[in-house]
Amino acid sequence: MIPPAALSVHLAIGQAYSWSVFKKPLESAFGLTGTASALPFQLGIVMLGLSAAFGGTLVERNGPRWAMFVSMICFSSGFLISALGVALGQYWLVVLGYGFVGGIGLGIGYISPVSTLMKWFPDRPGMATGIAIMGFGGGALIASPWSTEMLSAFGSDLGGISKTFLVHGLVYAVFMSMGVFLIRVPREGWRPPGWDPAKTAVRSLVTTANVSARNAIRTPQFWCLWVVLCFNVTAGIGILEKAAPMIGDFFANTSTPVAAGAAAGFVALLSLANMAGRIVWSSTSDVIGRKNMYRVYLGVGALFYLVIALAGDSSTLLFIVCAMGILSFYGGGFATVPAYLKDLFGTYQVGAIHGRLLTAWSTAGVLGPLIVNAVADSQEAAGRSGSSLYTTSLYIMIVLLAVGFLANELIRPVNPVYHEPPVEEEAGQQGPLAMRGEA
Amino acid sequence: MADGQETSTGFNPLMLLVWAWVGLPFAYGVYELIQKVAQLFGG
Repeated sequence: MIPPAALSVHLAIGQAYSWSVFKKPLESAFGLTGTASALPFQLGIVMLGLSAAFGGTLVERNGPRWAMFVSMICFSSGFLISALGVALGQYWLVVLGYGFVGGIGLGIGYISPVSTLMKWFPDRPGMATGIAIMGFGGGALIASPWSTEMLSAFGSDLGGISKTFLVHGLVYAVFMSMGVFLIRVPREGWRPPGWDPAKTAVRSLVTTANVSARNAIRTPQFWCLWVVLCFNVTAGIGILEKAAPMIGDFFANTSTPVAAGAAAGFVALLSLANMAGRIVWSSTSDVIGRKNMYRVYLGVGALFYLVIALAGDSSTLLFIVCAMGILSFYGGGFATVPAYLKDLFGTYQVGAIHGRLLTAWSTAGVLGPLIVNAVADSQEAAGRSGSSLYTTSLYIMIVLLAVGFLANELIRPVNPVYHEPPVEEEAGQQGPLAMRGEA
Repeated sequence: MADGQETSTGFNPLMLLVWAWVGLPFAYGVYELIQKVAQLFGG
């Protein structure tokens, strides 16, 4: 029951990716610009990174149930404060509620089940975290049509938006509470029947030792992995953020231009690839190893980009297949990284280390759209159109993926000087020795 | 909010309810997504 407990939190907080549903109604009701209506989402993503980075140690100390409870309170309160803000005509309350308070719920909720899942499934940590992180990708699939229907039912004026936010806050509180009630930490020394930890540790990068979060960020391995994650996410977000206009522009000068309705289908297809990649590729990493999996994400991902750049607007199908491949690697990169961290640093404070690594996501969230939009704008200003708007940014992505590939190659086992010393276990405490006994 | 500790992951009837709790909304989301994907190939 641990995977569905984790899913109940990730499916809820994954709603963040469907914020765009509220943009138009908010712009009409408050007279906002597009930039202003994006503020709650942007602040939410910034708070996700910050709360995951700074709250990771608290999550490790207080456990997953505490973390899920905090996430549930913050995420639901964010909607309730936003409902009040809309009802009072005070947009700043929406930014504060959804962005700041709700964003803390996003960050704490995102990392809350990670280390617990890996303790329950030490034999398949990639699959275990893949299930939960797939939920984050799937959350928008649920929220997007659900929120749209609710706005249709209540109306898109201030009263209707307020009621919609209110219902979201209450429903998500109930939905996430299942995870809070059911999440459990396995007893110390627990291991799956028939699983021999010695066999897992045979791979050169899989450690049986433990590294604290404080020490982990002092290792080159952490920063190599930071570069790997950052550039893999940058490459995916570059397409994801501009998917609908991108496919339209790409084939605008051909005999088969892509209509707006079809572009929406392309966006949906990318969401599916993103979500499927999270479970399929992270599970595959349990078999072929984390380093090899990232070789595929970065190496084959660069090849997909190269094919798009060389093929140009010659084939819509080829473009769609390559974009889906890139997005599946984008999702897979997110889902595989907790297991990679566990391999390198052990399970001792893997949640806290994961939180610190997610700053790479925040960086990529700025970098990816910046590259694609800046290049497209400059090409358009130079009088170009069609696929040539994106050719330069495609080659930039290939370079970034190549740098990420090199960073992955540089990852070696962590120097034992960073390992936690084997200490006698205090009663009731989980420490390095206990974790070592499990691994 | 201290965490409980369990000793096994054995199946129990609650399992069905718990998976339905997350599985049904997820199935709804996937259904809606497939409808949109059909627009890409259906025109």
